[in-house]
Formats: sequence, C-alpha cells, structure tokens
Amino acid sequence: MTTSDNRPAALAASRPTTKSKNARREAIIGWLFVLPALLMYAMFVLLPLLMSIQYSFFRWNGIGPMTWVGFDNYTRVLSDPDLLGTILNSFRLVFFFSFIPVALGLVVASVMHRMATGRLGAVSRTVLFLPQIIPLVAAGIIWGWLLALPGLINELLEAVGLSALTRAWLGDFTWALPAVGLIGVWVLLGFCTVLLWTGMSKLDPALYESARIDGASWFNEFISITVPLLRNEIGVCLTVTVIAALAAFDIVYISTAGGPGNATAVPGIQIYILAFTEQRIGPASALAVILTLLVLVIIIPIQRLNREIK
Amino acid sequence: MRISRTELYSGRIMLVVLMVVTILPFISIFITALHPSNTVPRGLEWPAEPQWGNFIEAFNVANMTVLLGSSVYLVIAVVPIALIISTMAGFAIGQLRIPGSGILLALFVFGLTLPFSGIIVPLYYLERALGIYNTRLAIVLPLIALYMPFAVYWMRAHFVNMPIEISEAARVDGATLWDLFWRIHLPLARPPMASLGILMSVWTWNQFLLALVLVEDPAERTMAGALGAFQGHYATNVPLLCAGTILILLPTLIAFVLFQRQIISALLQGSVKG
Repeated sequence: MTTSDNRPAALAASRPTTKSKNARREAIIGWLFVLPALLMYAMFVLLPLLMSIQYSFFRWNGIGPMTWVGFDNYTRVLSDPDLLGTILNSFRLVFFFSFIPVALGLVVASVMHRMATGRLGAVSRTVLFLPQIIPLVAAGIIWGWLLALPGLINELLEAVGLSALTRAWLGDFTWALPAVGLIGVWVLLGFCTVLLWTGMSKLDPALYESARIDGASWFNEFISITVPLLRNEIGVCLTVTVIAALAAFDIVYISTAGGPGNATAVPGIQIYILAFTEQRIGPASALAVILTLLVLVIIIPIQRLNREIK
Repeated sequence: MRISRTELYSGRIMLVVLMVVTILPFISIFITALHPSNTVPRGLEWPAEPQWGNFIEAFNVANMTVLLGSSVYLVIAVVPIALIISTMAGFAIGQLRIPGSGILLALFVFGLTLPFSGIIVPLYYLERALGIYNTRLAIVLPLIALYMPFAVYWMRAHFVNMPIEISEAARVDGATLWDLFWRIHLPLARPPMASLGILMSVWTWNQFLLALVLVEDPAERTMAGALGAFQGHYATNVPLLCAGTILILLPTLIAFVLFQRQIISALLQGSVKG
C-alpha cells in the first residue's frame, strides 16, 4: 500500500487507474463495514415501514384475503371523530409533555444556576432526574395509584381542605388527560432542567456577573441572558419532549388504556387497539403512517430553526 | 453578588419543594407496599404492622429471578451487537467516507424520529412469517435495528471529528482497513461507545411496546414488559402491586445510584446529538 490517503474511495476519480482498482476494492470493503447495520435497519425498520404503507391501502383482518380500498382508510382516520380525536389528544399532550417541562425547566434551571451553586444544586439535579431513568411503565403504575380515589393526591387535597375537588382523576372524562399529562411533567421536568442547566453552566459567567453588579434581578437575568442564549438547548428539549408526547404509548396504556371512553386515546394506543384487539389492520396502518409523517412534519421545523441559530 | 436574602431563600425553597414532589410518589408506593395484602390503604399512612413479607411474596409471584435473567439476557444480546455494527458503520461513513456515505447517512437519520408504534403492526406479521414471533429474537432483532439510526448517527459524529492524520499514519505503515478500524480507531472510540452502550442498555431494559406485542410470555420479556403483565394480574391488590413495582425498579435505581454521572451525561449528550 503506497497511498497515504485515508480516503482512497473518495478520491478515486482523481487518481491514476493503477490506484483506482485499489480504491474500488477499498470502497467495497468500506461498504462491508456498513452492511450489517444497513441490513438490520432495512429488514426490521425500513421493510416494516413499507409494509405499513402497503397495509394502509387494504382492508384486512390479519388472516383472510386483503382487499384493495385505495385511500378509504385515510379518509376514515381523518373523518372518524374517534380516530381523529386521538391525534387531537396527542396535541393536547404536547402542552403537558413539552410546554410545561420546558418552561418550568427553564425557571428551575436558572434558579439552580443562580442560587444553588453548591451541594443543594447537585443533589436536586440527581433527584429531579430520577423519574427519567425508570421505565415509563413503572411511572404509569405509580401514578395510577397516586391518582386513584384513595390515593395520595386526593389525600393531600383533603388535608388542605379541598375535599370537594377529590375524584378518581384517571377515570374522569375532563381530568383524565391532564392527569396523564401530569405524569409526563413528572417524568420529563428533570430531564429538561438538567439539560438546560448544563447549557447555562457553559455560558460565560462574566455575563451573569456583570448583570449582577448592575443589580439585575433573577427575572432580568432570565429574560435578557438565559432564554436568548439557550435557544439551542431549548430546541433540543422541545424535540425530545414533542416526540415523547406524539409517540406516547407506555404511560397511557398503563394508566388509562385510552379511557375513559376515548378521553386519553392517543395514536399509539389506537394503533394497538385497532390492530391487535379489533383486527382492523388497514385503519391501524393508515394511522401509523399519519403518525410517522406527523412527527416528521413537526420535528423538522424545530430542527431547522435550531440549525439557523447555530 | 447581590442576590437578596428573600430571593435566595425562595429559590432554594422552590428546589426543595420540587425534590419532595419528585420523591413523594416513590415514598407513597413504598409505604403502600408495607400494608396488608388486598387492603386499600391511605396514601401516606404508616401501617400498624409493616408487612415486609409483601416483598418476598411479590418476588415469588412476579417470578423475579426469571425476569432478571430474561432482561439481562436481552441486554446482553442486543447491546454488544448493536454497538459493534453501528461503530463499524459510523467508521465507514464518518472516517472512510465511502462512496454514497451522504445517502447512507440521510437514510439512517430519516429513522431518528420514527415512533415505534409506526411499525409495530407489520413487525408482528413479519415476525410471524419469519417464525421468530414469541421468542426472545422477536425483541432482540427489531431492537438492534431500531437503535441503528441513533447509534450510527452518534458514532459517525465521533469518527467524522477524528483527525485524518491518525488514519494516514497507519496507512503509511501498511495497515489494512480492518487493522485501521480494529487496532487504531476502536480503542480511540471507547468513550462514545461507552455512553452509547449505557443508553441502549437503559432503553432495552425499559422497552415496553415491543415486549408487549411480540412476546406473549412475560417471563421472556424485558423488565418493563413484565411489569405491565404484573399490573394486569394484580391491579386490585394494591400493596402487592406496589411491592412488585419497587422490586422491578430496584435494579434500575441501584444502577442509577452507582453510575448516575455517566447515565445522566449519556442521556443528555444523546439528546443533544440526536
């Protein structure tokens, strides 16, 4: 081997033909490096994705023959209030899973940054992060019990004299969705806080010092330094939490299974029910395709915004 | 510093309150788990006679030894393979820049936002056709595949930033591509591989949807999948359910306490890059 280039393949075109044979050989070996990952990805992700699209144009119960129905499944998903409702519910979840943890996380992180530089800050970061590492299923079970009629939430309400408000939160048509949202806040707040705090601790401390010498309050600091300089981290938090909301399954399945009625049904749950309890593969697949596109369509602008700022 | 006392204390009180709110759910299920089986206790009432035996009962009922074995098996089957094949792909795309790397990268990145529920239905039928439905492979293979977009993207980010001179020097000395990868670049890639390994282990341990749909026997599922089944059976026996939940959480909590710094930084880096 005489070439000292580590990218023989890329430069193959500009090399004399004696070396281009070598370059081709190396390109093939290079592709062999990618092949295992590519094959796994193609077989168990891309192929099922194509199958989803295929199924979405058929009527099929999973066993019998498949009947071509064109776009019927899509029009059904987009016109049936129950199915369309799942998409609307997932937008409502975005408020709880995304907006609240990011907004509250910004406040908490900046308080940490300004007022708890020592041990309290370190301990609180560890503690707040804890819900992020436990299985979401466990979070669903824990909160399913806390929000139950005899659970902790109602007990606390009674203790402060608000017994009138007590109810079975997850069984209440109005309150089930916010209650599920609350579980999401509990899980995601710590993640957003620690991520945003990490971003803040990378900022030049001189910025904050000079602001403080000028007598800036926490709120002044927050509005004029913290938020504008953390756009990138805020974008990351939004991306992660919006995906968590739109693709929610575990928490909802465990805590309410979509109920009461369809009050907390989200696309993930509805796909599961349609396909595996009602054997309606067509609509399930159409909803799956719509969900996949929806996540892409919402995440791409957030990412692009991020990149522009960078 | 000119932070006023009231501001300082109100800020700190807020942090303490938030910590309490975060911890309280764990305390509540712990106390509930100590109440007599099949009773419906109050959320924060210490039982007259703590039933520590509930944990033993839940341990036996939940078949914990089998479950732990199954989850460890899944992590061991998924993580090393996913690590090595994604590192190889990341190396070829980021460092060798083989022809077509741009397209390959775009193809993997496309999968980054894919919700698992978007492909779970065809996976079920695909695995029935392949004859792996209801075996551990039913979880292992799709999980490896589903980690590829992130894992390849992550490892490529490492390799694309490695100085070319390292490879050039090795090539001058007559190293083959495989030597270059195995002897030079793999040892240098240990830190990002370690973070990726931690991430994929946590994700595997906590994976629920795939386990629920693709494996019927809870004893062959992930920890999270088994917990779901446990809830189905003991939903009415609240103390036992809480005891079982704590037992299933325990390995994760212990791992978190031991490796909290690595886990937190891996999860944060993971989201920033991803």
